Amino acid sequence: MYDFDYHRPTTIADAVALLAQAEDGRPLAGGQSLIPTLKQRLAKRSDLVDLSAITELRGIRDDGGTLVIGAMTRHAEVAASDLVRSAIPALAATAESVGDAQVRNLGTLGGSIANNDPSADYPAALVGLGATIVTDRRSIAAEDFFTGLFETALAADELVVSVRFPRPDRAAYQKFPNPASRYAVVGVFVAKTGNAVRVAVTGAGAVVFRHSAMEAALTNSFTPAALEPIETPADDFNGDIHASQDYRAHLVKVMAKRAVAALQ
Amino acid sequence: MAHPDGIGARVRRREDLRFLTGRGTYTDDINRPGQVHAWILRSPYAHARITAIDTTAAAAAPGVLAIFTGADLAADKVNGLPCGWLIHSKDGSPMKEPPHPALAQGKVRHVGDQVAVVIAETRSQARDAAELITVDYDDLPAVVSSVAALKPDAPLLHDEAPGNLCYDWHLGDLAATEAAFAHAAHVVTLDVVNNRLVPNAMEPRAAIGEYDRTGGDYTLYTTSQNPHVIRLLMGAFVLGIPEHKLRVVAPDVGGGFGSKIYHYAEEAIVTWAAKKVGRPIKWTAERSESFLSDAHGRDHVTHAELALDANGKFLGLKVSTVANLGAYLSTFSTSIPTYLYATLLAGQYTTPAIYAEVKAVFTNTVPVDAYRGAGRPEACYLIERLVDVAAREIGIDKVELRRRNLIPASAMPYQTPVALQYDSGDYVRNLDLALPLIDYAGFPARKAEAAARGKLRGIGFATYIEACGIAPSNVAGALGARAGLYESAEVRFHPTGSVTLFTGSHSHGQSHETTFAQLVAERFGIPIDNVEIVHGDTAKVPFGMGTYGSRSLAVGGSAIVKAMDKVEAKAKKIAAHMLEAAASDIEVKEGKFTVAGTDKSLSIAEIALSAYVPHNFPLDELEPGLDEQAFYDPKNFTFPNGCHICEVEIDPDTGVTKVVNFVAADDFGRVINPMVVEGQVHGGIVQGIGQALHENCVYDPESGQLITGSYMDYCMPRADDVPSFTLAYHEEAPCTHNPLGVKGCGEAGTIGGSAAVMNAVVDALAEFGITHLDMPASPERVWQAIRAQRKAA
Repeated sequence: MYDFDYHRPTTIADAVALLAQAEDGRPLAGGQSLIPTLKQRLAKRSDLVDLSAITELRGIRDDGGTLVIGAMTRHAEVAASDLVRSAIPALAATAESVGDAQVRNLGTLGGSIANNDPSADYPAALVGLGATIVTDRRSIAAEDFFTGLFETALAADELVVSVRFPRPDRAAYQKFPNPASRYAVVGVFVAKTGNAVRVAVTGAGAVVFRHSAMEAALTNSFTPAALEPIETPADDFNGDIHASQDYRAHLVKVMAKRAVAALQ
Repeated sequence: MAHPDGIGARVRRREDLRFLTGRGTYTDDINRPGQVHAWILRSPYAHARITAIDTTAAAAAPGVLAIFTGADLAADKVNGLPCGWLIHSKDGSPMKEPPHPALAQGKVRHVGDQVAVVIAETRSQARDAAELITVDYDDLPAVVSSVAALKPDAPLLHDEAPGNLCYDWHLGDLAATEAAFAHAAHVVTLDVVNNRLVPNAMEPRAAIGEYDRTGGDYTLYTTSQNPHVIRLLMGAFVLGIPEHKLRVVAPDVGGGFGSKIYHYAEEAIVTWAAKKVGRPIKWTAERSESFLSDAHGRDHVTHAELALDANGKFLGLKVSTVANLGAYLSTFSTSIPTYLYATLLAGQYTTPAIYAEVKAVFTNTVPVDAYRGAGRPEACYLIERLVDVAAREIGIDKVELRRRNLIPASAMPYQTPVALQYDSGDYVRNLDLALPLIDYAGFPARKAEAAARGKLRGIGFATYIEACGIAPSNVAGALGARAGLYESAEVRFHPTGSVTLFTGSHSHGQSHETTFAQLVAERFGIPIDNVEIVHGDTAKVPFGMGTYGSRSLAVGGSAIVKAMDKVEAKAKKIAAHMLEAAASDIEVKEGKFTVAGTDKSLSIAEIALSAYVPHNFPLDELEPGLDEQAFYDPKNFTFPNGCHICEVEIDPDTGVTKVVNFVAADDFGRVINPMVVEGQVHGGIVQGIGQALHENCVYDPESGQLITGSYMDYCMPRADDVPSFTLAYHEEAPCTHNPLGVKGCGEAGTIGGSAAVMNAVVDALAEFGITHLDMPASPERVWQAIRAQRKAA
C-alpha cells in the first residue's frame, strides 16, 4: 500500500469539502474493493476520506411507502433488516448473496454502487426496482446513475447519501456466481409492479442494463415460458476464462426464467 | 487393558488448541533482534533477456540497506538451485539440467522469476525501493504449453536443452506390450489433459536468514516440510556453508501439499544476504507471489491405449505423456512424471504388459513439482478414465469390468510390469466395502428421481493404488535419486519417566504431535501427556528426510519403533539388574518389566530414574541414560489402496456439477488414530474434487502471463462445494515389511478423488453421447459439451 492521508469526518459537508480539496482523494466506505486494490498497489490515492463516522449516512427507514437506505448501511444490515425483508424481500436476499460474511459485515450499499463493478449485485437491484440515488446535491434515477464499466454519474467529490426504493408487488434476484470469486457472472433482477415489469441484468455486460425484450414479454405474460423464445445478443458481453459471451447470454435467460419462476 | 490413548484411539489433536486459538508460531511470527526485510523484484515478462539493471535510485531510497542482483550472487560464486533426481533418457543420456539461479543471470524465464532483492528496514521501504529499480528487458517470445514447446519453431528457454526437452524417458516392455495389442479383441484410446494446479497452502512461504559473525553460524527459519534437506541442499550445493555452521528451523508450517518440500531461491537469498548486510532478514510471500513462485503441480498431456481380450481382461497398456516441468528444474520435479507416475500405471489391475514413455519439457511457466499425490493422481486418473471408456465401448458394467481385472489378494506379493512389487492389499474387499455404502443397486432409482428434478445424475468409480514411503534408498539411488529416503527418530526418556521424541519427519497438518505420541504412550504404558514431540529443527533432531509422499508414519513411525525397541532392550537389562534376574526372564507388557512368573516388576519410569541416577545400575555392562536413536530405511514402498465412488448431479441448464455423494473405502494398513486418518482423507478428497471441478491454472498462451493469479480467477474448492463423505477402511491387509503394518493415508483422497468425480461427470453426460471431458468440469465446459452434442444431434 502506498502512503495516503487519512481523514474521518463526521458530517457530509466536511467529507465533500475534504474530497474537493484532495489532489486525488477517494471516499472510503466499507473498503471491500478499495482496500485490496490499494494493498496490491494497483491504485495510489493521495487521500482517503473515511465515511464511517458520518451517522447521517446510516440507517434504514420507511418514508411513506418508500424504503430509504443510507449509503453506509452494511450489506449484513440490509440482509437482516425486518423492514427490508417485509418491504422488499428480494432486496434483502440480494444483500445476503453479496460476497461472504466478512464482506457483508463491512461492505456498504453506497460503496458498492459508487464502485459499480460490472459484476456487482446491487446495481441489478437498483435498476430492477427503479430506485433513486440521493447524493449530497441531487437525486439520480438508477438507470442514469450506472454509466459504464466502474463509471457512475457521480462527480469526483459527490457522495451517495441514500438510496430510495419504491416497493414492487413482487421481485426476485437470481445470480450465477463465478465459481472462483463468487461475483455474479450473470445476475438478473426481476420486479413486477402493477402491470409494469422491469428486468435488470448485471455481470453480463460492461454495466447493468434493462432487458427490454424480456420486459415486454413478461408484461404480456409473466411466466418463465414467455422468456423461452427470447435470445439475448452476446456481442457486447464480457467474456473470460470462466464464461464466454455465449455462455453469459445463455445464463441471462436461465437466471431470468428462474427469477420469474420464483415469483409464480 | 488397552491404553486409552494408544493405537486405534481417536485421540483429539494435541496441536489444535495452539492452532485453533491462533497461538501457533509460524515463520512470519518469528522476529529476530535487528531484523530487516527483503522484497524480491520479480519478472513481469515470461521470457526476456535482461540487458541492464539500474539500482541507483533504489539504493538511495529511504531505509534501503542493500540491493543484490544475479551479478552479486555470481561474483560470490553462489551456485544455482540443485535438482534432486537424475533421470536418464531412453538413449541412456542424462537429462538436461540447465542452471537454476536464485537471481536471474541475464535472462528471465517465467513471470515471477527472481530478478533482484532489496533489503530495507521495513517491508514497505523495500517494496517502494524495488519499484525504483530500472530493468531493461529485451522481450522474447514465450511458450507455456508443453506440447507447443516441443514444436521445432518453439522459443528456446535454455541453450543447454535443445528443443526444450529435459528428457525422453521410458519404462516397461515395448515388444511385449505391442504383442498384447496385436491379439487384442478391443483397443480403447483416450487423450487426456491433467490440468495444472497451484498448491495454495494456507500459510504463504516465508524465510528468515540470520548470521552470527562471532561464531560464523547461520540460521534459516523457513516454511519447509524437510529442514534437513534444505540444510543439505542450500548448505552444500548453493551457498557452500558447512552443515555444522547452518541451522535450519521449520517451525509451525501451515500446509505444504508438497510445495514446501523444495529448496527455493528466497531461502538462499536471505541466508546469503544476512551475512552481507549483518542483520537478520525476513521475507514473506504475498499471496500473489505464492501463485508466481510456489512450484505448481500436475500439467500432463497424455495419449493412452488399452488392449482387452473378448472377456474384458486387460492385455496391455501403452501410455505416452508430455510433462510440463516449467522454466527450471525444481528439487524433485524430474522424478514425479517418471518414478512416481509411470510405475503406478498397473493400478490395481493385472495388466500384464505396460509401456510408458514420458517427455519432460521446459516452458515459460512456474516450475512444476510434486503436489499432493504427485504423479499418482495422474496415473490413477488416466487408468480409471480408460477403464470407464472401455466399459462403455465394450458394454460391460464398469464394476464388473474392474472386478475381472483386479489383482486378487491371493496373488500378493504381486510384481507389476512397471517395476513395483505390491506387498499386500485386498482390492476386492475395498470394492465390496464401498458398494453397499453407495447403494449401487439403488443408483438407477436415484438417477430417475434426479431426472424428474431436471438434473443429470452420474456415478463414478475409481480404484487407486499409491506408492508411499518411497524407498529403499539404494534402489532409489540406482534410479537417480540424489538423496537418502530413510527416516530418523530419537526417544529420550527423562529421569522421571516422561519422554521427548525427536522425529526427522515434519508435521505441517499431519498431526504428528498426536499420532506419534500415541505410539510412545502405548508402547511404554505412560500417559500421552508425558510424551512431547519435537520436529523441524536441525539443531535438535537427528538428520531426517522430512514429510512428503505419505511417508511420516510408514517411515518415520518405523524409525520411532526401532528407537523404542532399543530403549526397551536396554530397559530390560536395567530391570534385570534391579530385579536381580536374568534379562531373558524379564517380560515386558504395557510398559511393565516383570520377572516371569513373579509379581516383581518395574515401570519404565522407575527404570528411567535408575538410568539417570545410576546408583543401582549395571555400570560395568551399560552406559547410564535412556536415550536411543534409530534410522529406518524401508525395504519397499508401502501401497495404500482403496475404492472411491462418487455421485454427481449436473444442472444441464447451467452446466453446474454438484458432488452429492462420496464414498471412500480405503486400506491404509494399521490405523493409529482413525479421526486423524479421516481428516486426511476428507482433505484429500476435497483437493481431488478441486482438481476435477474447480481448480485450473491458466496462462495466456501468447504473453505467458498467469491469468489465474489470484482467488478472483483461481477457483479453490470451498466447504459448500462438497458433501459429507462416507468413509470406511479395513485393516485386513497390513503392510508386510514395516513394524507397524502401516501404509500412509495423506494423499489417498486426492489420488482417487479426481478420477471418481470425473467418471461420475462423464457418466451423467453419457446420454448426450459425451465420452470424455478434461478437468476441470467447470460449468461452462460442461454446458458447452452438452450444447455441442445437442447441436450435432
